[in-house]
Amino acid sequence: MEHKTCFHCGLDAASSGIYYDDKTFCCNGCKTVYEIFSINDLTCYYDLQQAPGATPKDIEGKYNFLDNAKIVDQLLEFKDNDVQIITLYIPHIHCSSCIWILENLNKLNPAVSSSMVVFGKKTVRVTYTPQQLSLKNLVTLLSSIGYEPYISLEDYSVGKKHVDRSLIYKLGVAGFAFGNVMFLSFPEYFQVGEFWLEQYKHLFRWLMFAYSVPVVVYAAQGYFVSAFKGLRSKILNIDVPIALGVIVLFVRSSLDIIFDMGSGFFDSLTGLIFFLLLGKFFQQKTYSFLSFERDYKSYFPIGITKITNDNTEESIQVYDIRKGDRLLIRNEELIPVDCILIKGNARVDYSFVTGESRTVSKQSGDKLFAGGKQLDGSIEVDVLKSVEQSYLTQLWSNDVFKKDKALSFTDITNRISKSFTISILSIALIATSFWLLTDSSKALNVFTSVLIIACPCAIALAAPFTFGNVLRIFGKKKFYLKNASVIEQLAKINTIIFDKTGTITTNKETAIHYEGQQLNDKEETLLKSTLRGSNHPLSRSLYSILKANDIVSLDYFEEHLGKGIEAKHKNHNIKIGSAPFVGLNLDVTTLNTSVHITTNNNYKGKFTFYNKYRTGLSKLFNKLKKDYDLVILSGDNAGEKDNLTKLLPAKTKLLFKQKPEDKLEYIKYHQSEGAKVLMIGDGLNDAGALAQSDVGIAISENVNVFSPACDAILDASKFKHLYEYISISKSAIKIIKWSFVLSFIYNVIGLSFAVTGQLSPIIAAILMPLSSISIVVFTTVATNFVNRRLR
Amino acid sequence: MSVIYILLAISISVAVVFFIAFILAVRSGQYDDSYTPSVRMLFEDELIKEKNKKSILTKKE
Repeated sequence: MEHKTCFHCGLDAASSGIYYDDKTFCCNGCKTVYEIFSINDLTCYYDLQQAPGATPKDIEGKYNFLDNAKIVDQLLEFKDNDVQIITLYIPHIHCSSCIWILENLNKLNPAVSSSMVVFGKKTVRVTYTPQQLSLKNLVTLLSSIGYEPYISLEDYSVGKKHVDRSLIYKLGVAGFAFGNVMFLSFPEYFQVGEFWLEQYKHLFRWLMFAYSVPVVVYAAQGYFVSAFKGLRSKILNIDVPIALGVIVLFVRSSLDIIFDMGSGFFDSLTGLIFFLLLGKFFQQKTYSFLSFERDYKSYFPIGITKITNDNTEESIQVYDIRKGDRLLIRNEELIPVDCILIKGNARVDYSFVTGESRTVSKQSGDKLFAGGKQLDGSIEVDVLKSVEQSYLTQLWSNDVFKKDKALSFTDITNRISKSFTISILSIALIATSFWLLTDSSKALNVFTSVLIIACPCAIALAAPFTFGNVLRIFGKKKFYLKNASVIEQLAKINTIIFDKTGTITTNKETAIHYEGQQLNDKEETLLKSTLRGSNHPLSRSLYSILKANDIVSLDYFEEHLGKGIEAKHKNHNIKIGSAPFVGLNLDVTTLNTSVHITTNNNYKGKFTFYNKYRTGLSKLFNKLKKDYDLVILSGDNAGEKDNLTKLLPAKTKLLFKQKPEDKLEYIKYHQSEGAKVLMIGDGLNDAGALAQSDVGIAISENVNVFSPACDAILDASKFKHLYEYISISKSAIKIIKWSFVLSFIYNVIGLSFAVTGQLSPIIAAILMPLSSISIVVFTTVATNFVNRRLR
Repeated sequence: MSVIYILLAISISVAVVFFIAFILAVRSGQYDDSYTPSVRMLFEDELIKEKNKKSILTKKE
């Protein structure tokens, strides 16, 4: 059987006709990569995973900025005369083959002495000799084998990242002490009064004390700090009773062993802190390969080509651009500053900034805004404003981006902890005063016992374990949350706002309809042959849907930029393009993108391009309409209005031509009226709205490419499950509430021992871990059960 | 001199040795990436037997 897919990248290669070494390839790029690998004995790459590669892209001139030593210095992690180390982010890293090939880079170039992949972060750390291989050549080498690194302005400004490992250390200390204390306190659990036990128990107790000191001083540090901060801002957060419990446990146990009143509660103390830290660790699931904090810097290139006065090209850093500089913007490059077009044809894609899907053509002398992407060859521009003052970057100075959402929000655990702390303290006081009147010798014992047993370990564990588990399950279903508090916010949503372009529509496909006279076979062949010669995106998508097979060679072909195409074959001529181009009087009301056709100067008809909506869209909206207010805020024109009203439930609000600031203000206004807003968007134009909303979800066709700052990233293929994600978040809150009930039962049992003055270390040692473990089991089982809905 | 002191000394020193080993492991970055090493481990054979692998590959075609 003949191979139909590309051996290198797995794309369809049926019609390419490129063969090498008995294997088919979809394009010459893929073939070249295979050649490189087979020459260097690296074909093992294809054994580990089928068709793992990516087609190398044309990067001519793109990395010229790496010639600038100043830029290179900022990117390098380590620099010496003989050795340089750099960590590069490579989005394509996705399988074991990738790890293998990247860690064998020195076979491709001996100047590379070692390369290390961190799969989770999709980075490779390369050590190389700068005399034999410059950074630019290294990047070119990586790009030539399909692993193009992504270098953006963000890499430039961020210093060397500090890895925070303190939680692992604390967990290690607490676990170490817990195990050893358990082992030392075991003999006294049985209180048999044997001779040797009586003789050595003081030694054992002091050893336990020694183990507990680092736990209290170091491992439990975070709880004291948080409790102190809470008290200072007059909030009784959950860490207040925990810190109180830890202090009382430690002081009471120390006094117990000093005055020989008992063995103390060191086992419960270390166990408690160990379990609490474990919960923290479990909740700390982060997706290191995703970033939720992106601003414009991650879209912007580091370097740009400047044309100096004597007409030579020079790479300069984006921050060094001054007003009045002349810049060269190459094809597919981003315009980093506001500027005026001087030379060349600009066709700019502003979808990043405005959400408008159509490209804009500009003539020399027109103003171009930062954030647009040039699509038609190289242009020369004069700079009007520096990077910080450009339109797009100005958007980022809005206060929304400085606000920390987590600060303005008290979570479910802290809300309950207020009444919990107050009731525990009153129980302790009532019980103590009762004992002061009846048997004053027991009063202090009862007071400390109440605080010890009521230490809200189980309550503090319920939320981390439930949320941690939901976070993990969502992650498996391609819904990546920034942190656990997003789940809580999601459960409270009552208004959902969607962006249109790229959010409820797909970028991959467009629906095309033809209106007008039927084209005959000859005309259709001519149309297809003409479109073949054009690289305009509309021509490409039209070309791909036409059925005609024969391709005729054209006698005459001319493309008029921004207008259309003209072609001739024998005595037939054809004109394809905008209405004025084909000689039609424009009716201004049509808002959709159309391509008009005339053959032999007779108007035939037009192809209209509609947005294609995501599958399951109307089903999802019908499910959501019962519980939520639905709004569509689009940066686009109202061309799709009729279509949308047909598709979506009647009460959905539709607003068009919304600028990024309008979206932000709209959300702010509704929040001030008490709405809890979920914003779903995709581009930079939604960034303000995503930051302002209570929960901002960025939707992405490919989670490895960049999405704006947000609270969660949703894979586009899972868009139709949005309703389920929200309802599972609601169930998670219910599960936590049930766990609170469960832990209250434990507390009542424990308190009945404590207030009667019967709390012995062994009861505490049994009850505390038992309550913690049963909460963990309950939340884990319950969340897994709830998540069955997501199939 | 009771044997329990010796036993305790042994137990504590063994525990402390393991604890130090853990701290050193964390410090050297072993806990930073928990996935890649598991894959990398499987490649060590591949590097040596490269030639063989290639012949298997061509047979498959």
